[in-house]
Amino acid sequence: MKFRNWKIQAILVVLGMLLLPQLGYSADKIKVGVLHSLSGTMAISETTLKDTVLMMVDEQNEAGGLLGRELEAVVVDPASDWPLFAEKMRELIEVHKVDVVFGCWTSVSRKSVLPVVEELNGLLFYPVQYEGEESSKNVFYTGAAPNQQAIPAVDYLMNEVGAQRWVLAGTDYVYPRTTNKILEAYLKQKGVADEDIMINYTPFGHSDWQTIVSDIKAFGSAGKKTAVVSTINGDANVPFYKELGNQGLSAEDIPVVAFSVGEEELSGIDTAPLVGHLAAWNYFMSAESEENDKFIEAWHTFIEDEDRVTNDPMEATYIGFKMWAAAVEKAGTTEVDAVRPAMYGIEVPNLTGGTAVMNTNHHLSKPVLIGEIQDDGQFEIVWSTDGEVKGDAWTDWLPESSLIVANWTDPINCGNFNTETKKCSGQNY
Amino acid sequence: MKRLLFLAFFSLVFLSGLDAADHTNSDSLIQSSFRLLSSKSFADKATAINSIAESGSSHAVLVLSSILEGDLYYHKKNKNMVLVTETTPRHYEITDPLTEELVSTKSKKELRKKYKKVGINNKLRGLLNEKLAALTIYSKDKSTRLRSTRKLLKNLNPSTVELLRDAAPRETDPQVKELMQVCIAVSDARSKDPEIQLGAINELAGSLYPEVRVLLEELKTAYTDSVAADPRLLPAVDSALRATSLKVSFYKQVENIFFGLSLGSVLLLAAVGLAITFGVMGVINMAHGEMLMLGAYTTFVVQQLMPNSIEYSLFVAIPAAFIVTGLAGIAIERGIIRYLYGRPLETLLATFGLSLVLQQLVRSIFSPLNRSVITPQWMSGSFEFNPALSLTYNRMYIVVFALMVLFGLLWLLKKTSFGLQMRAVTQNRNMAKAMGIRTGWVDALTFGLGSGIAGIGGVALSQLTNVGPNLGQAYIVDSFMVVVFGGVGNLWGTFFGAMILGITNKFMEPMTGAVFAKILVLIFIILFIQRYPRGMFALKGRAAES
Repeated sequence: MKFRNWKIQAILVVLGMLLLPQLGYSADKIKVGVLHSLSGTMAISETTLKDTVLMMVDEQNEAGGLLGRELEAVVVDPASDWPLFAEKMRELIEVHKVDVVFGCWTSVSRKSVLPVVEELNGLLFYPVQYEGEESSKNVFYTGAAPNQQAIPAVDYLMNEVGAQRWVLAGTDYVYPRTTNKILEAYLKQKGVADEDIMINYTPFGHSDWQTIVSDIKAFGSAGKKTAVVSTINGDANVPFYKELGNQGLSAEDIPVVAFSVGEEELSGIDTAPLVGHLAAWNYFMSAESEENDKFIEAWHTFIEDEDRVTNDPMEATYIGFKMWAAAVEKAGTTEVDAVRPAMYGIEVPNLTGGTAVMNTNHHLSKPVLIGEIQDDGQFEIVWSTDGEVKGDAWTDWLPESSLIVANWTDPINCGNFNTETKKCSGQNY
Repeated sequence: MKRLLFLAFFSLVFLSGLDAADHTNSDSLIQSSFRLLSSKSFADKATAINSIAESGSSHAVLVLSSILEGDLYYHKKNKNMVLVTETTPRHYEITDPLTEELVSTKSKKELRKKYKKVGINNKLRGLLNEKLAALTIYSKDKSTRLRSTRKLLKNLNPSTVELLRDAAPRETDPQVKELMQVCIAVSDARSKDPEIQLGAINELAGSLYPEVRVLLEELKTAYTDSVAADPRLLPAVDSALRATSLKVSFYKQVENIFFGLSLGSVLLLAAVGLAITFGVMGVINMAHGEMLMLGAYTTFVVQQLMPNSIEYSLFVAIPAAFIVTGLAGIAIERGIIRYLYGRPLETLLATFGLSLVLQQLVRSIFSPLNRSVITPQWMSGSFEFNPALSLTYNRMYIVVFALMVLFGLLWLLKKTSFGLQMRAVTQNRNMAKAMGIRTGWVDALTFGLGSGIAGIGGVALSQLTNVGPNLGQAYIVDSFMVVVFGGVGNLWGTFFGAMILGITNKFMEPMTGAVFAKILVLIFIILFIQRYPRGMFALKGRAAES
């Protein structure tokens, strides 16, 4: 009997220890949810963003927190499993009662989270460039929409490089398919003939690029200047670029512009054969500005590694966090219904020297940069838009979405508003 | 190092050919264009590059090639140009590009603070290549001359054609000379005089350079439309084009077969370890992919340990990977699998769990980011048989390596006493036991051997694809496919299975696209397995019954 008593006591003590920290949480703390995969295929990209949010939370706390309250990050791991993203989102909002969530990378994970965040009236900041065609009341998109990345990149190739033939190469899923659909429509409107466009899709993680690169080589040796627009995602890029280098396709002959290749992806490869290939982003680590120098230094101190790079989704996370913090200050509360309207028109200096503004369609205005890969894995900025480009939720280049606008202020107050029929479809994604 | 030699070589060539008096004068020309190089505008930089190329200075080649290589920096404040060379990792030597005197040494951080690289874009890179090609057309090195002429062919203009007309008669090497004549003929084919044109077109017949094909296509459309053209020209162009396209399509087929063989070799390397653990021992080893991954990570670690001799790192990595993954395999067999013989479902689950554990372990130790495995110089680039057919070195080595591994393994199984014991144990365990073979140990060593071979495959894969925690998952399905298709328990089956799948895939890909080709191959295998459940090379006799 005595023995049993001891056992029960032990269990109670352990339970108490588990509960104590929970009780210790003062209701004052503002909770910041982080929904990025820390395991599985996407961990490679998303872990960095988790670290970025943690760094921003630390920084904010050192500066005295928000509204006089301390910030606390709640990190969960959706493990690159799309349905799990929705469950973890529910957990963050219902169990942990977070005030805001920073998260998701792939479009499919975002789509999986959307119904949950709308149902529970949460607030999600999505920091990655994506295919557009969406504007949810509860999501702020701080990455680039197609008109802030793909279209300017094609303009650059067409006007500055003089490209006349186009290879649209992508991984077979929603982002490349939608982007290529938009680009194809855009190119045709610019007078590019059908036979001058080659579209190619490959499976995820494709590693044998011999045939495709050889096809591109043949396609590009027809006398007209050829450029490749790559929406190849993630891991498949390394063998693709390796094969390009090995088959002797240099950037001067056939430049490749990529929308998913940044400093982080390049840090895993020997970049010597890639020199001169292009990427279009809203941020490059090599951008010269005081904010950027400060950000890089803070990042190196936080991560304790001088060799780690910064990239565009990190800047998008940075801008998103700063904007949210400013909106909370402005609204004087973390209530979603008060913070959301406070977001509109908020300005935050971006890391490349200008100002980012949040628009009422939940997309940012920010500059577009084109960079060329250098042999040290960095980008040389060779071109940038004159000013900030306003993110367009619904593209103007596809007939079915050119009439649709998103505006979350009165009188429209809708993420999918048809300007012709003057009706809100109610379906925002 | 290579770059230094390259520069030293050029400096020598040029110093010998020029007057000392000219130097100071032309160097000051370079000096004055340096100011433009530190400008932000690419047009200014182009002007500077042009005037440096025309300065006639002995340092022009050095300066231009260092811009191209990204080694020319300028001081952020006083805009002085300097050459930056990395002596040891993170330490840089800064020298004056004209006097070649050492200015200072800097760490990476100091360099980033004080100096900025002269940035270039593709247009400038093209310009630099063109100028360098023209400057090095008389180089003493044959391969440099060949490279330069090849670059000039891409971008012919009246001044470079003049240069080539001068250089061609003096050229001694037949290969370079031929290429120079192609360049001249390309320019002649656009001449106003039909006689010269005709001669040039006939000379170009059958030439495989893409530039020549573009020219001929262009001439063809021009002549078909125009009535004023000489009537002999159109047939000449037509026959020249026919000769060319016949050859091109032949080489295209050769290239396709090579692509198929190389994909087959990759599949073989990925699957041959599984052919031992699954094929011979019958263990459904879901952790096989992770053995490949461990092999690839061993390559990474070996390269980290010997950063100064990357060229030889693979020769160290191969035995190292064999030992590491072999020991891991023995540990797995002794620790887990030996308790599960005869229970395939439990084995499947246990090894699947193990594969997840190994992945996360690697993720925790090496970070979830991909690790950069460097490809040695001798494995980069491609071997150009002719302008229409060039095969990449890394794929060629992989084909050879895959065959070596296969034959090594066959020898081990057929000619050594360990191989004999192994076959005895797998064919009739009780009889082998009765003959005094320690079956437990043979099992462990066999599993270790299969894992070790997988590790070697991983070394090869590290040269082709990403080295990351998910490397194994990408190959596990392919590996099982090859082994099952080829016939369980037969190495030759694995070999032919891999090659057939590789070639089928590559011949279907241009027609159907990569995604659909893969689906078709899978459907083909399903149908094949329905008809021949034991694969292509089925084991016969009593061993097959059990």
